[in-house]
Amino acid sequence: MSDELLTEDAERPPDPPPGDGIPNVGTARFQALTRAYGFIGPIGTTVLAFFMGGLVVLVTGHNPLSVYRAIFNGTGLNWFFHVGNHSARIPFSTHHMWFPWDTASVAAQNLQQTLLLTAPMMLTGLGLAFAFRCGLFNIGGQGQYLIGSYVAVWLGTSFVHLQPFAHVLLCLVAATLAGALYAGIAGFLKATVGAHEVISTIMLNWIAIWVGSYLLGDGGPLQNTTQKEIPISNNVVDGAKLPVFWGLKELQGLSIGIFIAIAMLVLYWLLINRTTFGFEVRAVGFNADAARAAGISVARNYVLAMGVAGGFAALGGAIDILGWEYQVGPGDVQVSEVGFLGLAAALLGRNTAVGVGLGALLFGGLINGTSGRQLDPSIFPPELAGNLATIIQGLVVLFIGLNLGGLAVWYRRRRRRSA
Amino acid sequence: MADAPLLELRGITKRFPGVLANDKVTIDLRRGEVHALLGENGAGKSTLMNILYGLYTPDEGQIVLNGAPVELGSTKGAIEAGIGMVHQHFMLIPVMTVSENIVLATEPKRNGVFLDYDAARKRVRELSERYGLAVDPDARIDRISVGQQQRVEILKALYRGAEILILDEPTAVLTPQEAQELFEIIRSLKEQGKSIIFISHKLNEVLEIADRITVLRRGRVVETIPAAGATEASLARMMVGREVLLRVDKQPSHPQGALLEVEDLVVHEDRGLEAVRGVSFQVRGGEIVGIAGVDANGQSELIDAIAGLRAPSSGRVVVDGRDITGASAKEAIAAGVGHVPEDRHKRGLVLPFSLTENLALHAYRTAPASRRGLLNLRGMAERAQRLLREFDVRGGTPTTPAGALSGGNQQKVVLARELDADPTVLIAAQPTRGLDVGAIEFVHRRLVEQRDAGRAVLLVSLELEEILSLSDRILVMYEGRIAGEFPPTATEEELGLAMTGGRSQEAA
Repeated sequence: MSDELLTEDAERPPDPPPGDGIPNVGTARFQALTRAYGFIGPIGTTVLAFFMGGLVVLVTGHNPLSVYRAIFNGTGLNWFFHVGNHSARIPFSTHHMWFPWDTASVAAQNLQQTLLLTAPMMLTGLGLAFAFRCGLFNIGGQGQYLIGSYVAVWLGTSFVHLQPFAHVLLCLVAATLAGALYAGIAGFLKATVGAHEVISTIMLNWIAIWVGSYLLGDGGPLQNTTQKEIPISNNVVDGAKLPVFWGLKELQGLSIGIFIAIAMLVLYWLLINRTTFGFEVRAVGFNADAARAAGISVARNYVLAMGVAGGFAALGGAIDILGWEYQVGPGDVQVSEVGFLGLAAALLGRNTAVGVGLGALLFGGLINGTSGRQLDPSIFPPELAGNLATIIQGLVVLFIGLNLGGLAVWYRRRRRRSA
Repeated sequence: MADAPLLELRGITKRFPGVLANDKVTIDLRRGEVHALLGENGAGKSTLMNILYGLYTPDEGQIVLNGAPVELGSTKGAIEAGIGMVHQHFMLIPVMTVSENIVLATEPKRNGVFLDYDAARKRVRELSERYGLAVDPDARIDRISVGQQQRVEILKALYRGAEILILDEPTAVLTPQEAQELFEIIRSLKEQGKSIIFISHKLNEVLEIADRITVLRRGRVVETIPAAGATEASLARMMVGREVLLRVDKQPSHPQGALLEVEDLVVHEDRGLEAVRGVSFQVRGGEIVGIAGVDANGQSELIDAIAGLRAPSSGRVVVDGRDITGASAKEAIAAGVGHVPEDRHKRGLVLPFSLTENLALHAYRTAPASRRGLLNLRGMAERAQRLLREFDVRGGTPTTPAGALSGGNQQKVVLARELDADPTVLIAAQPTRGLDVGAIEFVHRRLVEQRDAGRAVLLVSLELEEILSLSDRILVMYEGRIAGEFPPTATEEELGLAMTGGRSQEAA
């Protein structure tokens, strides 16, 4: 390889070795390596976090392997491993068909819960990812998610005579737009006066939380009309609920919200990679100066990218309300952390569509698998399990900060250097 | 004894993944000698010097100091061995004084805790008198000129006991006059027995200051020769490995009507100060107008105002009869302004973007690169293929990230994009900064081609040689004003005088 590089050629001198301090790794190999670390980094991060979580389990005197196994079973993901002869009802019909999995097993119910938690995280994750591609760190996913849920609960409890399909669509679209406008404030401030989006989105989170506490709390305009002593909204009307296609609506079955979320992952990929808008967003995100010099309006892209990001996150809030929560109160608003989990999912998934989806599934599964309802108390006490989930989440985010992929490259170089 | 080498690098080999940066490089340095290290970008000069300064460990080979092999291990080891380095980018703390910067990390202390500033100042004064390096020991770094900052760097190395000084592209940041002062300093250091390694890719300088010259090409030593007897042409041939056109080959210009008219332009810089103070000039189709000047005399702001990146406070910019004063960059591009930015990493390219995407940075808006807001990836890739071939970009395919290319090839990508847009007016700001001889030749040829095709070319450069060899008319900018207009036959001294505010008879 090196000899080839240095072969003399009188006719046409060989390519000059790249300068600017970047050692030439061989273009194809460099690209392959970069791509490989794109996978290895997040997987390594996750494995390491679970390994250290396992040490914590060990310290508490339990067997990490059986604990993780129990958590895994709690997620319902084991459902896929139990193949047999079963019959399943075709969604939205009375017909049945042969199906390789038992759609009514305990694992199936667990999986429904996991996916219910995963869907909004995918969307809040996209809220981070889209802004990130434009060079903006949108910490405001939580607030945008909440704005979406307020709008969904408001419209879902109003217009009771609307046709069901139109009602759902109205709620989803209005929530998305509201979230887009809300996040757009941060984008606008960044574009006009240069206010840092991290600060402004954090502040907008607080505003969203306390606006919600007012709207839904005692005497608030969205408080329920029947029991005035309870600070919670009305239930959205049936016509505004997302259809449940798996499990029972009364038992928090899985709504089509998961498909909306997956469709948004696809939309995200298309927007980013296949549209001129996405091209501008990426150009601004990588190098705003070069984008500006090329005639791209950086300010406009900041506002629009935050808008799209906020739309995604708010849609997450709407599908939670319309898909299974149906109502929301100030307490829910205060403890919700879907926005932050989505943030971690997107960071872990490196802001790619597939990565965000898998990251959300990881956190959705982790939360559901460690919940008191799912975990066998004889294997690991549920009150510790919630802490374990938080520890693993924290470790994942910490290790993302460490950038294991980059660390591996650095280590290889160092070994080479000292060898 | 006098000829016994002070320092020897024996068979130094250094590999980076996929590249052999140094291949059995053997160089010796005699006491009291100026030894120039000449080579294109990527020839391995910096790697070699980083090895000598203890930043890298060689894979093979030895460093022999005064006849004994040494293991440097770190920059600390190098400093202890009497090796000092003046980097191209200074390593100074702007808010501290000259004395404080020089004694940093080895401060003379009072009671073991407090900085003994008087002692520090005394030492600095002694050193600066001994070597003829005039600086005010109490001046703050951010208040003194770049040339003086460089002296501080040299003093810092001397303070730490350097016997061997490595100067990395030291004239890159200096005016011609300051460069001459530096050469005086180098000569005086030499007389006092210091040995100097002078890294450069400027042939005339190397011939002027060096005793011996080692030419590196693609990691190997081509030859070490005495400076006496060498010529620019022979050095260029050794550097590039083939005959190089040092003079730009161009016919007399045939200027037509004015395509770019700038009238009484006033532009403010970021801090709100007037950077361009009423500048007027014209560039006609078929001519190259060069703007010379020391860095930060308003050139950048002038370019920005023409390219739509900064709104002028007053005045007019007219392109081919169309007033584009205060237009956005997009409007300026649409009006026919092509812009090769002075900093290609900051403004010219999106480094993580593929070459295809970089080449489409303007064209993505319209067919065939996109239709109705959707990118046409195939159209973009085909266009990229064609441009990469036309502009002889090497070291990458359309999917390669721009950051993986060499500087010369990156600049070819920028040129390809700007020229493919068929500009009426082409602004080329420092178009060959950091490029090697071969790439410079390519860029220059393309600029002359644009001129010959009847376009108006505005060349802004800090390199007088470039201005003189390319321009049909030369404007000198000083403190935001045009300090004079010169024909291309002007001498460097005449231009240098105007660049530093000296009045000239020919001044307009």
